[in-house]
Formats: sequence, structure tokens, C-alpha cells
Amino acid sequence: MAILIIAEHDNSTLKPATLHAVSAAALIGDDLEILVAGESCQSVAEQASKVAGISKVYLADDTAYGHQLAENVAPLVAELGKNFSHILAPSTTTGKNLMPRVAALLDVGLQSDVIAVEGADTFKRPIYAGNAIATVRSLDEIKLLTVRTTAFDAAAAEGGSASTETLTELYDSGLSRFISEEVAKSDRPELTSAPVVVSGGRGMGNGENFALIERLADKLGAAVGASRAAVDAGFVPNDMQVGQTGKIVAPDLYIAVGISGAIQHLAGMKDSKVIVAINKDEEAPIFQVADYGLVADLFEAVPALESKL
Amino acid sequence: MKVLVAVKRVLDHNVKVRVKSDHSDVDLTNIKMALNPFCEIAVEEAVRLKEAGIATEVVVMSIGPKAVQEQIRTALALGADRGIQIETDTMPESLSVAKLIAKVVEDERPSLIILGKQAIDSDNNQTGQMLAALTGMGQGTFASDVEIQDNEALVTREVDGGLQTVALRLPAIVTSDLRLNEPRYASLPNIMKAKKKPLDVKSAAELGIELRAHTELLKVEPPAERQGGIKVASVEELVDKLKNEAKVI
Repeated sequence: MAILIIAEHDNSTLKPATLHAVSAAALIGDDLEILVAGESCQSVAEQASKVAGISKVYLADDTAYGHQLAENVAPLVAELGKNFSHILAPSTTTGKNLMPRVAALLDVGLQSDVIAVEGADTFKRPIYAGNAIATVRSLDEIKLLTVRTTAFDAAAAEGGSASTETLTELYDSGLSRFISEEVAKSDRPELTSAPVVVSGGRGMGNGENFALIERLADKLGAAVGASRAAVDAGFVPNDMQVGQTGKIVAPDLYIAVGISGAIQHLAGMKDSKVIVAINKDEEAPIFQVADYGLVADLFEAVPALESKL
Repeated sequence: MKVLVAVKRVLDHNVKVRVKSDHSDVDLTNIKMALNPFCEIAVEEAVRLKEAGIATEVVVMSIGPKAVQEQIRTALALGADRGIQIETDTMPESLSVAKLIAKVVEDERPSLIILGKQAIDSDNNQTGQMLAALTGMGQGTFASDVEIQDNEALVTREVDGGLQTVALRLPAIVTSDLRLNEPRYASLPNIMKAKKKPLDVKSAAELGIELRAHTELLKVEPPAERQGGIKVASVEELVDKLKNEAKVI
């Protein structure tokens, strides 16, 4: 039986998170199909049909799916998914919102945040904020997974030529309505896929001082992140939070500035290839995971670093 | 309007997790347990709705062995009115938990059900969404703001791109994120009062719910330890290392 992957998109572009889920699916089997549910999302279906390894794309195009409301998308996925051995979605806020609802409709369990595929029914996933790794076997006939995108390489976006089937049965529950959205606009790379991330913590002191981080990030072509402490203090918005309950990142280079290194922050960035920590407290736990630690006043070190790049 | 809050007993978030030497699970022997932090936020939100005159009663429930009564009492000390314990020998999986809560929802008929978005032990982030599917209700997950207007809940959700606001027809499910509120500390008089508040105990069997296993835990291992690196003395040395040793810039 085939494997169904739920596409992550904004009705115009297929998000890279989908490509990571495709790679995870390819470790389970080779008959891979994608569902694109959205509104006026024909172009997403075209992009999905080109992804390497995909044999078929299902397109469900209706106002009811425009904002990915789980109340409407979940019954669609559950109905289509009955004929699949596995259903996968990236472990984004959209995937996490949708997949448990699908699981309950199918009366099956869900393996959240999978980081390794050990077999068709056996997976690894972090528990206790990444302080333990569980190997679990799914006992259900249809296996549902959300996959951590940083744990799997992206599948090639080009090279495939899948056929497209349009789904016409409409699921509009009427339980929820989209009201509004405040989406951060930024020219910087996306946090979860950027090769370099510069993050600031409570040590930044206030939101204005994040300009230092932004200038360094722009010099490096980096995304800007933050610790929970900096978000809770209102320095920066929630979409910048790196950590167990925020975004999980694994860039080539992660620069932590004024971040002490609480367990829940480390859970979100410790798989980065190279970690740099700049902190004036030499006892800060962040230095225990940093490849290069600089004990210094960030207000001097960060501008100095920027000028030397 | 009645509000139901479902809470979980987990290890205290300050405790360092140890994996058992036979790799069968984490070792919870003699470990300090507490109310899951996200559940604490859920309780606080319900109590605030009552203080604002929107909720008339706050019912708190938990599932598990007798020990979970401790966390129900904690929630009662924070201001919930009465408690329900669904007694099970072990901690059931998310879908079983959702089925048990759905049964309580059927009996209690609350207008709003608030849960934490995830428990800090299993990190599943599933129960609220599953409960919403089972009860046929709307779901406002990862909430940072909740307003009740007319017969709807306006829920602002923390999503990857920023914030999204949805309107849910009541009754509805909300799961709390970190910034929904800052929970209060229970005062000593309220802790004393909580001991006298009603707490009903029912067994899972009494509710007629069969607890089926969907997942088998094969092994639990500690994560690969990251080796700490070196301290550099200056910004110059850092730039040199990043360019010539790590080769990442």
C-alpha cells in the first residue's frame, strides 16, 4: 500500500518542510503520494507533482481548506487515508494541529516528532524535551507520523512527474472560522531551514538591542531566533522562539548570544553542526554544548564580530 | 458556562531525567512529580474566566493511579471548584486519554474544555486535538489568547508564521501555549480549602471505555551527548576558528 504525505504550503508555494517529510516516507516505502488541500492552490499541486519519487498528487481545492482549519482538513485526510499504510506530515504547527485529529477519526495512534525510521512500523522520537530517545512500534494498521524536518534531508524538488487527481467531496464542518493572521514579514531566510541562525536571549536586555543580532545575521545571511526568555519578556514575537516548544533548528552554524542555555532551549538547537556561544557568564550551561565559547560582553563582542566578517 | 480542565501528573520540570540502565524506560522512582506546566496554564485560564464572570463552574479532571489526586488538589487550590479522577493502573496513551475525557464531556456537558498543548514527559501534543475529533468540536490549539463572545470562542494561536485567530462555535476545545497567562501561586488558605472541595473517583471500566494499546515502547536511550568545545579568547580567534577550522563562514 502507498504512503500519503500531507503537503505544507501557503496556497501558492510548496513549503520545504514537505520535502523533508517525503524523505522520511522514502525510508518506509517507495510508493509515495501527496495530498494538497487548500484554496486556489493549483500551483502547489503542480510543484508537488515535480517532487522526486512522487507518483500521484491529490488536489482538494476549496475555500473550506484555505486556512488549513483542522476541523475541515482532518475528515478529508481521514477518508482518503483509509487506503494507505502510512500518513505523514511535517512536525510543524500545521501538522501538529491536524494529525492528532486525523488519528482520532481513524481510531489509531500517532507517533509525534519522529527523528528516525527503523522499519515500516518502528520509529525513534524524542521524549522529555529530548533528554531521552524512545524507540516505538506502531501497532495500528494505518500508521500516522509527524516528522521532525531537521532529522531528514530534503527530497529533490524537481525530477518527478506525478499525475494529479482532483478530490471533489467537500468536508466543511462549520465548527470554526478563520478570523485573522499576523504573519511576520522578513527578507531573511526562514528560521527552520536557514544554514546560519543567530539567536538572542534575555541578555539582550530589550527588543531594541535585537538590532545588533539582526545586523550580524544580515552580514551572515542568517535567520534570527530567540530564547523563550526573550520572547516571554516581550523583546521579540513568538515565531522567533527556538526550543522544545518553539522551533527546532539544526543549521550549519548557530550563534547563541546572551542565552544561558536552559534545557528547553538546548532541545531546539543542539543538533546544529557548529554552535557558538557568546555570554558574559562563563558558568552559563550554553558553554557545555558550544563548540566555540566566547566569554565577553555581547554589546562589545557582537559589533566586533560583525565588523570582522 | 461550565469549563472542564483536564490535567496530567508529570515529573517536575526541574528534575533531570535519567534513563533506566536496562533501557526499558526513564527512571521515575522517588522522583518529584508535579502538575504539567501547560496544564497549570490551562487551569489558570479557566479560573480567570470564572473571576471575569464568564465561567460559572470550573471542573478539573485527571487520569491515572491514586497519586494523580495530588495534582487535582493543586488545581483545586488554584481555584477550580471540584475534581474528577478517572482511575487507571498506568498512564494511558493519548487516544485512550482522549476517549476517557470525551466520556466525562458527555456527562458534564461543559461549554469549554481547556487542556495543556502537550505534556512535558511524552511530548506528544495530541490529546486536545483527538478529544476535539471524538466530541465533534472545534479546536483552538497552542492558544495565547482566548475570548468568549456570544456563542463563540475567539482563540489566538501561536503558529510557525506568527499568530492566527480563529472563531470556534461553543462548545469547543482550547489547548494552552506558554504565553496564554502566568499562573498564580496557590495561597496557604486556598490549599487548605482545596482539601475540602469535592473529588469524585471513577474507574475507566465504569465509564465503559476499553483501553487499547496503539504503541509499543521498545527502548529508551539517552540522547547522543554533545561534547563541549573550547573557549576562545577573542573575537579575532573566533572568526579564525569559524573560517579555518569549522569552515562554516
